[in-house]
Amino acid sequence: MLYFLLQKEFRQIFRNRTILAVVLVMPLIQLIVLPLAADYEVKNINLCIVDNDRSPEAQRLTQQLTASGYFRLTGYTASYPEALALLEADRADVVLTLPQDFERGLMRDGGQTLSLAVNAINGVKAGLGAAYITTILQTYNNAVRVQWVQPDRFPATPVLKVAPVYWYNPFLNYRVFMVPGVLAVLVTMIGGFLSALNIVQEKEVGTIEQINVSPVRKHYFILGKLLPFWVLGNVVFTLGLLVARVVYGIVPMGSMPLLYGFVTLYLLAILGLGLLISTYCETQQQAMLITFFFMMVFILLGGLFTPLDSMPAWARAVAYCSPVTHLIAVMRMIILKGSTLHDVLPAAGIVAAMALVLNTWAIVHYRKTS
Amino acid sequence: MEQPIIQADKLTKRFGDFVATDAITFDVARGEIFGFLGANGAGKTTAMRMLCGLSTPSSGRAHVAGFDVATHPEDVKQNIGYMSQKFSLYENLTVAENITFFGGIYGLRNPVLRDKREQLLARLELEHAADKRVGSLPLGWKQKLAFSVAILHDPKIVFLDEPTGGVDPFTRRQFWNLLYSAAGQGITVFVTTHYMDEAEYCHRVSIMVDGRMAALDTPRRLKETYGAASMDDVFYTLARGAQRGE
Repeated sequence: MLYFLLQKEFRQIFRNRTILAVVLVMPLIQLIVLPLAADYEVKNINLCIVDNDRSPEAQRLTQQLTASGYFRLTGYTASYPEALALLEADRADVVLTLPQDFERGLMRDGGQTLSLAVNAINGVKAGLGAAYITTILQTYNNAVRVQWVQPDRFPATPVLKVAPVYWYNPFLNYRVFMVPGVLAVLVTMIGGFLSALNIVQEKEVGTIEQINVSPVRKHYFILGKLLPFWVLGNVVFTLGLLVARVVYGIVPMGSMPLLYGFVTLYLLAILGLGLLISTYCETQQQAMLITFFFMMVFILLGGLFTPLDSMPAWARAVAYCSPVTHLIAVMRMIILKGSTLHDVLPAAGIVAAMALVLNTWAIVHYRKTS
Repeated sequence: MEQPIIQADKLTKRFGDFVATDAITFDVARGEIFGFLGANGAGKTTAMRMLCGLSTPSSGRAHVAGFDVATHPEDVKQNIGYMSQKFSLYENLTVAENITFFGGIYGLRNPVLRDKREQLLARLELEHAADKRVGSLPLGWKQKLAFSVAILHDPKIVFLDEPTGGVDPFTRRQFWNLLYSAAGQGITVFVTTHYMDEAEYCHRVSIMVDGRMAALDTPRRLKETYGAASMDDVFYTLARGAQRGE
């Protein structure tokens, strides 16, 4: 019985060019483009300097800021109102004001106060921009000290220097962190949408009636829908791993069977959700909208873009109810850190429970007789 | 006398306050071609869906092929074929693949399945089109194919819901030849239609009006009873009194 259902489903999939394109091409393009574009590093911060001093030292500082590569000098003026106008016109993100006696103050009084105005509409850009400037000013400050201040006049103060070592991602390569996450989202999207749309499509065309009037047992029918997409999900995942290796040189640190084992379990959960949605919907449009809603919540709360730990408690609670959260976490653990079965067991337990509940619910709710 | 193959006793379906099918009672004998007529919205499809085990009756009882449709719908399904109003083979599968699939889910296995497939293709003269997608066939061929697939597993009864909508009279005639040959093999044919010439082909005809069964007899006796020249006139006489339309 199941053989005929599977044979039919696979024939339909292989005849559907759109599905094949989505399964084969989408992972490649998304994995190659997304991690490169969706970069946390902030560059091209528009900087405006209000220089009331016009001294060589002011010039030197300006040069150091622009030479850092993070800033783009979009204004160099002597009037603060003019700089504010730039800020308002969105042509400056950061305004640094150097006072009139900048150089003199530095040399004679050994200190100076600068003012920094930051456009904080884009919070990330503002925060990082301010941090970068502070760092560069500090470097500058040290250089000034060495240059102007006699060493012996300055008692050597003990300084604590922190030398961090970054484990699992030694160069803080942003892509290493991002690629497993994007792959997780990809597997989720493809699995979720394909399964959600499939049964509904049979409802729309009317073929489901022909199935409902036959003696096919409904758990076979659901299984006949589940297994083909489960295979497709694994194909997508494999392609993704290949891209990660070829393009980014990311080789999973942990065991491959464990990785596949978890993804397999995870696919059952996400496909179960898709099938459940499709038993509740009458049209593909409804299924699409509902799936989209879940995907948005899952992905935004999944810890791909924002760390779970910085979310409020209620959001974290919601995030733990999303299978995507667990997949992203486990993917990063196994691929980057080489975690073992023991480490991923709690997540595997949660995802297995989700798979069981969602699929059982789908089978119970799907009715051959109304 | 042989037990009727379909027995409906005050079979009723309500959707909220609306009574789609209102306590219909009738029997259908084995091998009969039973015409199920009625205006749109008269409750034909609802009644047929209950008899097929697709819809649970609100009240009343019905036995199809010896099984109660309310308590044993899956046993009913094993013994019937069904061809719905919507065309319902898979358009992106070929003719042969559709036959294999539907034969397979009714439990047919090779070599029986293969023989049946060959016979079916030969009977419909579709051998040359066995590997064509069903979607590319003309409507008349699709309907003949859908019917043949519906009786592939030798059901006791085949239910047809407006099977010949939208095809030319010649193709309809061919289609009815298939029905006659199925009935000749002992398959009971339960068919709804809007074509009164088709009603004339049936052994017995029932006419539904507003969810009730307004008349049930052979076409000849119905014409006598209502003093009508044709089934068309019989239908007009009965359906004119209908309260609910589309």
